[in-house]
Amino acid sequence: MSDKKVRIANGQGFWGDSLLGPLRLVEEGPLDYLTFDYLAEITMSIMQKQKSRNPDAGYATDFVGMLERILPTCKKKGIKVIANAGGVNPRGCLEAIREVVEKLDINIKVGIVEGDDILDQLPEMMKAGETFKNLDNGESVETVLDTVSSANVYIGAKPIADALDEGADVVVTGRATDPSVVIGALIHEFGWSMDDYDKLAAGTVMGHIMECGTQATGGNYARWREVEDWVHIGYPVAEASADGSFVITKHENTGGLVDIETVTSQLLYEMGDPQRYLGPDCIADFTSIQLEQDGRNRVRVSNVKGSEPTDTYKVSMSYHNGYKILSSLVVPGPDAVEKAQLIADTIFGRAELLDVKIPEENRFVEFFGNNVCYEGILPPPEQPGEILLRIGAKGTDKKALDTFGREIVPMLLAGPPGLTGFAGGRPRATEIIGYWPALISKHLVQTRVTVESL
Amino acid sequence: MAKMKLFELAIARSGDKGDGSNVGIRANTPQIYDFLVKELTAERVKDHFSRICLGDVERYEIPNLQSLNFILHDSLGGGGTETLKTDAQGKVHGLGLLHMEMDVPSHLTDPARK
Repeated sequence: MSDKKVRIANGQGFWGDSLLGPLRLVEEGPLDYLTFDYLAEITMSIMQKQKSRNPDAGYATDFVGMLERILPTCKKKGIKVIANAGGVNPRGCLEAIREVVEKLDINIKVGIVEGDDILDQLPEMMKAGETFKNLDNGESVETVLDTVSSANVYIGAKPIADALDEGADVVVTGRATDPSVVIGALIHEFGWSMDDYDKLAAGTVMGHIMECGTQATGGNYARWREVEDWVHIGYPVAEASADGSFVITKHENTGGLVDIETVTSQLLYEMGDPQRYLGPDCIADFTSIQLEQDGRNRVRVSNVKGSEPTDTYKVSMSYHNGYKILSSLVVPGPDAVEKAQLIADTIFGRAELLDVKIPEENRFVEFFGNNVCYEGILPPPEQPGEILLRIGAKGTDKKALDTFGREIVPMLLAGPPGLTGFAGGRPRATEIIGYWPALISKHLVQTRVTVESL
Repeated sequence: MAKMKLFELAIARSGDKGDGSNVGIRANTPQIYDFLVKELTAERVKDHFSRICLGDVERYEIPNLQSLNFILHDSLGGGGTETLKTDAQGKVHGLGLLHMEMDVPSHLTDPARK
């Protein structure tokens, strides 16, 4: 029992990650669980819009397509799949999976976790005393309430473990936290109790290391020259033990690099207060983590300490926050910067002739190629051979922004010589989806688990 | 003393946190970590990013990982979904910090060259 090892991998760092991750993870080595992370803050709002147009939509459709490709192998090898691909419609995702399973002519059990979507309940919850104050700036939610387009609770690992206990081969959640998809598997496998905070914290650390996929195995790593075989870069695999310790590694004969530096780099990613990494099920203390190299491309993680979670869940809301428009032109040298400045001033000036006056604070001008990502750190090059002029604006009037946008491409005929590279033609204003982080009392949130044999 | 860039002493990673970013930096050796704890203050980092970070800089120590974590408030030109900047998520801020030049005691420089 104590020697039992559970192998958990993450094949998806974000919605849009390579198709190769999950495909190679299930084929190229031993695995017990494959997890996927699909949801960013902005994703929920997009999905809510899709669902309002089509009640069957609102989940990560890519996931269903991926399942069709990997399910036969998963079934053969006994690999279970956990994904927060349900978006704002886990039940819709279940129905789509049903079609895939019928097409493949296999039998599996699929579990869904619901209850994180509180958009419809916001008014009654506020009547009951919840304030949903903005965590970043303390503002009252009343100011944006009319334009809120999604509201989801970051739920924990317990309902995922419950679905696995009921025999689910595939578990689909809505807005579960990224580490929860990993912790759910650990609770199910090792029978950890929900007040064993050191173990839950260890699972949190494991989930955090793997949630961005190859960022733990050499991707985005400062010493990139040490990373081998980028084409076949391996995805992170954790070998978990019942005591909470685990080894981060990758499949044999894959590329990339797993060492203390690559794992530490990912531990530092998106870190706030290292002693208080807040999750729905525990608070993890990242200053307790011990790392040691355990052979080539293997890092042992142990000694993780945790404590009791707060009595609130985090809520992520999105709301309409005006519009933005952006386009770019390539300005060749000589005198590229001087010309780019003239072009920018001219575009804003011509928009004014059309009665669109963009106030200074809503204007955006960037001379890419002039060390803009290192502003104030590295001096601009003396005479850049060419500049990408990125020009745009924000505002509340979509039509006005579109009028401004029309004046960008005409600069090819009515500006300094040699302008080119007008990517995408005439730009259009798009909605700015604002992000509103808040808290909710845990007792108001009811998660529901449904497991169906398909 | 030798003038060195942090590139030779440490590695770093950064990403967005609301309308700010975090930059985690790991020293190459425990000795360099002690040096950075003393010298790489929040003020110094704020000064280094003065044109990028318009808010405060907070610093956290993580000795077990030989690392420091900096939160750069108001450093993305609005939140990740609102900003029009190329580096909308502060992905370059880690490399930006590694460009910092420091006066490094000579006894630290040999092990630093990994």
